Amino acid sequence: MKILVCISKTPDTTAKIAFTEGNTKFDENGVQWIINPYDEWYSLVKAIVLKEKDPGVIIHLITVGGSDTEPIIRKALALGGDEAIRVNNTNTDSMVVAQEIAAIAKEGAYDLILTGKETIDYNSASIGSMLCALLDTTFIPNAIALDINGTTALVKREIDGGEESCETSLPIILSCQKGMAEQRIPNMRGIMAARTKPLKVVEASIHNATTAIKKFDMPPPKSGVKLVDAGNMDELVRLLKEEAKVI
Amino acid sequence: MVLIYIDQDDQEIKKASFEAISYGAALAKQLGTSAEALLLGTVKDNVSDLGKYGASKVHQLNNIALNNFDASVHANVVAAAAKLLGATVLIFAHNINGRAIAPAVAVKLSAGIVTGACALPNTDTGFVVTKTVFSGKAFASIQIDTPVKVISINQNSFGVVVGDGTATIQHIDTPVPASKIKITATDKIKGEVPLTEANLVVSGGRGLKGPEHWGILLDLAKSLGASTACSRPVSDADWRPHHEHVGQTGIQIAPNLYIAIGISGAIQHLAGVNRSKTIVVINKDPEAPFFKAADYGVVGDAFEIVPALTAAILKSKAGA
Ligand SMILES: Cc1cc2nc3c(=O)[nH]c(=O)nc-3n(C[C@H](O)[C@H](O)[C@H](O)COP(=O)(O)OP(=O)(O)OC[C@H]3O[C@@H](n4cnc5c(N)ncnc54)[C@H](O)[C@@H]3O)c2cc1C
Repeated sequence: MKILVCISKTPDTTAKIAFTEGNTKFDENGVQWIINPYDEWYSLVKAIVLKEKDPGVIIHLITVGGSDTEPIIRKALALGGDEAIRVNNTNTDSMVVAQEIAAIAKEGAYDLILTGKETIDYNSASIGSMLCALLDTTFIPNAIALDINGTTALVKREIDGGEESCETSLPIILSCQKGMAEQRIPNMRGIMAARTKPLKVVEASIHNATTAIKKFDMPPPKSGVKLVDAGNMDELVRLLKEEAKVI
Repeated sequence: MVLIYIDQDDQEIKKASFEAISYGAALAKQLGTSAEALLLGTVKDNVSDLGKYGASKVHQLNNIALNNFDASVHANVVAAAAKLLGATVLIFAHNINGRAIAPAVAVKLSAGIVTGACALPNTDTGFVVTKTVFSGKAFASIQIDTPVKVISINQNSFGVVVGDGTATIQHIDTPVPASKIKITATDKIKGEVPLTEANLVVSGGRGLKGPEHWGILLDLAKSLGASTACSRPVSDADWRPHHEHVGQTGIQIAPNLYIAIGISGAIQHLAGVNRSKTIVVINKDPEAPFFKAADYGVVGDAFEIVPALTAAILKSKAGA
C-alpha cells in the first residue's frame, strides 16, 4: 500500500499574529514554524501506525512551498515516512496547492491520501475536497478512525452532533482530526535517519491563482471586562439579559 | 443567480442552511439577481418554507440515494446542477458537509473559492470576501478573480434572517453517480444541539479538577438550555468527550454567549471561542488571561459561583 501524507508549514500556535506591508503580508518576524498540528498529530502518525502494522506500506510526504519549508518536512521525516516531495511553488491559493498535489498523486498511484482537517493559518479546509474532484476519488472528511483490510477501508468520521461509520474501497482521500492517532515526539534515531531520507524537489507547474489576498485585519479589541461580585449572581443574570441581551 | 446549497441530515434541513440562505439572499439583493436554493434528497421539512429566509425557488433533486452524504457524489451533482441552472455564485454553510463539498464544486466549476467567510462580499470594485484566518485571530479580505465564485460561510457569523416569503419548488433531474461508500452505523448524541449550532455554550476547564465535578456545569447548562464544551486538557484526560473540545485544534464556535469556567484562556483556547458575541469568565485567579478577552468576569471559586449562577437563572426564569 502506498500512502501520500500532505504536510503544511504553519506558524506555532503561540505565534504573535501581525501583518506588514500595509497589512497585506503576514509578519514572519520572530515566528517559529511547525508542522500543521492536524497534519502531524493525525495524518502523519496514522500513516506511521499503518506502516508499523504492515512494513510493506510505503509513505511519501508532500509539501507545496519554498525552500523555507524544508526544515518542517525534515521534522516530519524524523517522525516517519520513507521519502518526501517538495513542489517548489510559494502560491498559497488552495486551488494551486491542490492542483500541484494532484499532479504528484496521479503519478504516484497512491491507495491512501491523508490531509489534516484544516491548516491553522488560513483555515481553508479545502485540499482534501479539491483532491476528490481533481482525482475523482472517494473523499471522507473529518475522519476519526481508520482500519484497512486488504483493499477495504473502514472509516469513522465526525458528523454534526455525532459519528458515522462507513465501509469503502481504496483508493480514498481522508482529512484527519483528533481520534485518528496519538501525538508522538520524534526520537534521536528518527532525527538521524531523516537526514538521509530522499527529499525530491519538483518545479512548480501551476501558476494561475483563482484568488488573491488583498489585506489582513485584526479583530477590534474588547472594550474591557466588567467584573461582577461573586456574591451577586442576580446582577450577572440582569446584565446578560438587559445589557448583553443574550439570555 | 446565487445558488445556496441546503444541507440535510436524517431528512431534516440543518439550521446552518437557513443562515446560508439568509446570506445568499442578501448577496443576491446586492448583486441585483435572484437567490435560489438547491436541495439534494428528500426531507420531512416543508420545503417551500425556505422562502422565509429569502430563497425564491428551491431546486430539488428528490432521489433518496442522496439522503446519505457522499462528498464525491454530492459535489458532482451540485456542480452539474449549478451549470444547468447557470449559477454565478454558490453559497455553502462552512459546516462539516459544506466544507467537504464546496472546494470540490469549485474545482469542477473552475471557480475561485473563499471558505469560512464571515461577512457579505464587497462588490464595489471586484468581489472581495472577508474570512477568519489564524483560527479566528485575524481576518483576511480575499478577492475572487473567476467568473463563477464559491463561498462557504462560518456558522453564526451572519445570522438567520426570517421574513415571510414562500419558495416555489422545481424538480431537477441530474444524473446521480453511484456512491462507493456504504454507511454501516450512525451514532448520534440525542437531544443535544451540536456545538457549532449552539447559541449558548457553557464550557469547563482544568479548574473543575475532575469529571466528577461536572454536575454543577451541566446544571448551569440545563438552566440555560445551553450546549457544553471544554478545554483541550479536559478532553485529553477523557473527563469529557472529544467532540466538546473547542479551540485552535478543536472546534471553532461563535455562540451568542460563552461561559468559561475554570479555563485560563490560553491563546489556543481563545482562538476557538473569541468570535462569541458575549464571553463570561469565571476564574479564581484575577490574573487569568481569559479576563482580557471577556465581557463579564467573576473572580472566585467556581464551586460556589456556578451553583449560585444557576439558582439566579432559575429564579429569573421563574419570575419572568
Ligand atoms: C499546539 C497546541 C494546540 C492547542 N490547542 C488547544 C485547543 O484547541 N484548545 C484548548 O483549550 N487548548 C489548547 N491547547 C492547550 C492550551 O495551551 C492550554 O494548555 C489549555 O487551554 C489550558 O486548559 P485549561 O484552561 O482548562 O487549564 P489551565 O490552564 O490549567 O487553567 C485552569 C484554570 O482554572 C482556574 N481555576 C482553578 N481552580 C478554580 C476554581 N476552583 N474556580 C475557578 N477557577 C479555577 C485557574 O485559575 C486556571 O486559570 C493547545 C496547546 C498547544 C501547544
